[in-house]
Amino acid sequence: MTLQDLPSAPPRAAVVSAPMPAQRGWRMRSFARDRGALTAAIFLLVIAAAVILAPVLSPYSPEEADNLARNAPMGTAGHLLGTDQQGRDMLARLLHGGRVSLIVGVVPTIVAGLIGLALGMIAGFFRGLVDQVIMRCLDVIFAFPMVLLAIAIAGAMRPGVLTEIIAITVVLIPYFARLARTATDGVVPMPFIEAARAAGGSSFTLLMRYVLPNVFSPVVVYATTLMGLMIVVGSGLSFLGLGVQPPTADWGAMVAEGRVVLRKAPHVTVLPGILILVVSLAFNFIGDGIRDALDPRTIRR
Amino acid sequence: MTAPTPSLVVENLTTRFGSDRDGATVVDGVSFVLTPGRTTALVGESGSGKSATALSLMRLIDPPGRIIAGRVTLDGQDLLTMTEQGMEEVRGGKIGMVFQDPLTSLNPALTIGRQITETILAHRGIPAAEAERQAIDLLVRVGVTDAARRVHDYPHHFSGGMRQRVLIASAISCAPGIIIADEPTTALDVTVQAKILRLLHDLQQEMHASMLLITHDLGVVAAMADTVMVMYAGRIVEQADVDTLFHAPRHPYTKALLACVAGIDADRSAPLEAIGGMAPDLRNPPKGCRFAPRCPLVQDICRTTDPALQAVSDSHSVACLLLNREPAHV
Repeated sequence: MTLQDLPSAPPRAAVVSAPMPAQRGWRMRSFARDRGALTAAIFLLVIAAAVILAPVLSPYSPEEADNLARNAPMGTAGHLLGTDQQGRDMLARLLHGGRVSLIVGVVPTIVAGLIGLALGMIAGFFRGLVDQVIMRCLDVIFAFPMVLLAIAIAGAMRPGVLTEIIAITVVLIPYFARLARTATDGVVPMPFIEAARAAGGSSFTLLMRYVLPNVFSPVVVYATTLMGLMIVVGSGLSFLGLGVQPPTADWGAMVAEGRVVLRKAPHVTVLPGILILVVSLAFNFIGDGIRDALDPRTIRR
Repeated sequence: MTAPTPSLVVENLTTRFGSDRDGATVVDGVSFVLTPGRTTALVGESGSGKSATALSLMRLIDPPGRIIAGRVTLDGQDLLTMTEQGMEEVRGGKIGMVFQDPLTSLNPALTIGRQITETILAHRGIPAAEAERQAIDLLVRVGVTDAARRVHDYPHHFSGGMRQRVLIASAISCAPGIIIADEPTTALDVTVQAKILRLLHDLQQEMHASMLLITHDLGVVAAMADTVMVMYAGRIVEQADVDTLFHAPRHPYTKALLACVAGIDADRSAPLEAIGGMAPDLRNPPKGCRFAPRCPLVQDICRTTDPALQAVSDSHSVACLLLNREPAHV
């Protein structure tokens, strides 16, 4: 039976059957069209590059104190952003501290996001006993205030960046799992899931191809929003002595230490504070951009 | 005339929703056969168990619903005792299904090309590029213009009729011997309906497949079906070839259904016919004949005895106690 025999098939289309170049990369294009998200992404890339290149950009060690130049204001010769109360170079501390802060903001969020996404999807898709076991276990974690639990977990381990990361990861998992489960709940009753099953899709296929793409974007948006917040939480842990230990810097610890000299040398507190704020905002903008880019309905044709 | 070999044999299929105590038997002892190259229509009111029958064949009844009895034989195998993996082979491979609502039956997050190739790749071990080529050919076959470009579009770029064509392309992608179409045109406007039905019919003839067409639209039945089964409250009450059913129906319910159809030349001053009463509550079905409470010809025996489907001719069976008591009302 040939295609031409079919009255319903238009002749013009019947000739075309070679695949055209796939229209890939639309997600990047859509993201790039979003001015705010693009600016934020470039800004974060610059920050990331700067903290990676910290030793190159600043000749000073972040921990070496210049006792003769304490609380030097911004613009001091030799110390572009001034020094803190111990005479340590602010630029060097901000750059090195940024490494810790960014890692603590990004890594636990991504790890917890992936684990929570998987758990939430499995719970929402299979329901029943699986759902109950997963979600009730997570409820136990959820029942504690986020920061308090992070403090408890970090306190039970040896202080350090890894401890901080583990503590924040554990605390975040139930948040992601709940979000993913709710989103899965909304997708599973959709007729296209039944249609996919009727087309022979296994549970794994259904989860990966039909549930995941529809659940992924709220999780990504939530993750980017949380990255900013986790920088702050990580800073809090450091402040309490559960994260990085002095004299190692991170932005939160810098804000905490600087408050003693807030009147005399406000830049010691304000500079890391501004960085936390701006970086958090940038993550939020990126989250919005990703949400729009991942939603096929917003693609312009 | 020798009977053609059936492609699918359904015997005593019984599906129940809900718990044992507070449940409803929505498909109750349904038996029929599908024959290659022929279309069998399953008609009935909303809630009569049409879709539940189709989903039971595919074993897609979600708990707490379950199939409690019966046998569905395809290629010598009983689908109801098959492993879940075996069923995944059957779904989309040997039985293709077209759903009611094309607007929500496509995954909004995947391109339509991907949705079709997913089905192909699930059943055939071929390279993805080859699957995409086949997907484009399928789209051409179902009448999607500019298929090579549109294969990369998302469902929301398509109209309802075009989406139904995509769903049909997906359903036939592995050349199934059986097509189940569950109210394929209900969500579409009338002009598109005709085109989609034409397409389904052509494809079915071309592939020499059996089609189970589920609908409540008797116009669709008249246009498409070779055989018709009338379903009421989970049971098949009358089964006949299409001419017999329309011209010589024997069951009072079938007659009432036919009377409800308003022709385009109907007398507009006359009120539209309706069947009095309500479909029975399946959690607590009436004793005896399930249509008895609404039947205009009801007798005392109908309220106590459950009628079985009995043959009145080679191709015509009816489940009515009054068959032998009264001359047929033709």
